[in-house]
Amino acid sequence: MSEFLAMGGYGFYVWGAYGVTALAIMAELIALRARRVNAVEAHAEASRR
Amino acid sequence: MNFFRYSSPSTFYPLAGKLIPWFGWSALLLAIVGLWIGFGLAPTDFQQGEAYRIIFIHVASAWMSMFIYVVMAFWSALALGFNTRLSGMMAQALAPTGALMTFIALWTGALWGRPTWGTYWAWDARMTSELILLFLYFGVIALRNAIDDDRRADRACGVLALVGVVNIPIIYFSVQWWNTLHQGSSVSMVAAPKMAAIMLAGMLVMAIAVWFYSIAVVLMRVRCIILERERGVAWTGQLTEPGTI
Repeated sequence: MSEFLAMGGYGFYVWGAYGVTALAIMAELIALRARRVNAVEAHAEASRR
Repeated sequence: MNFFRYSSPSTFYPLAGKLIPWFGWSALLLAIVGLWIGFGLAPTDFQQGEAYRIIFIHVASAWMSMFIYVVMAFWSALALGFNTRLSGMMAQALAPTGALMTFIALWTGALWGRPTWGTYWAWDARMTSELILLFLYFGVIALRNAIDDDRRADRACGVLALVGVVNIPIIYFSVQWWNTLHQGSSVSMVAAPKMAAIMLAGMLVMAIAVWFYSIAVVLMRVRCIILERERGVAWTGQLTEPGTI
């Protein structure tokens, strides 16, 4: 396992690339979820008036 | 089947909602398979060691960053030419994911460049034109935020997106037109691939995963945009009933 994580000495580069990609994708999904909730709420409010 | 039926926001909204889970879950499944091929089956590269494994996200995101721009320009042209509402919304929905893909391509490229070329960054034609692509996406997003009227924003962003599309062939052919630190294409439509079959397989599976991810996310975003922009329009009343979120 630690051999796998070491990536033959390139662990920093390989996991730095994959880690930041995963974070960026998660950030996009979380932001989209928040936008969706906001849009639905604002919409419900507008139609109640 | 008449596809023009889905060219209005009111008919496209539920269709997009049905498509999202298919593309989303397929993307996840393909990403798992692609990473399993990339890290489990593909052997260590005889020149680059394990560092080459960055290829599985680098190439997929770089392809996607260019492709999304072309699709955005296509919808922008439709929005400008026919003044259709959904086209402008599609162009608007594509920009943030395009910017994300460009960022991932640049970031993974930097982390791959350091161990293989000895530098994170060089001002060579491929990298510089990809950085310009990132600024074009930022420009389109910022321009939209600066204009309050959505239809005027569609037209202004449309013009910018269409002018910027000239950058796409520059990125694509940069490794042929100039001497670049970045290598030439490993995969081409007209020649046999210059890499092992199993590595190529992992790369292509990841590329399809990124495609499906982008489609799912853009459909999610366009649904938000429809809700935001069509607020107060009668047909959207039914969308926010309980259970539809």
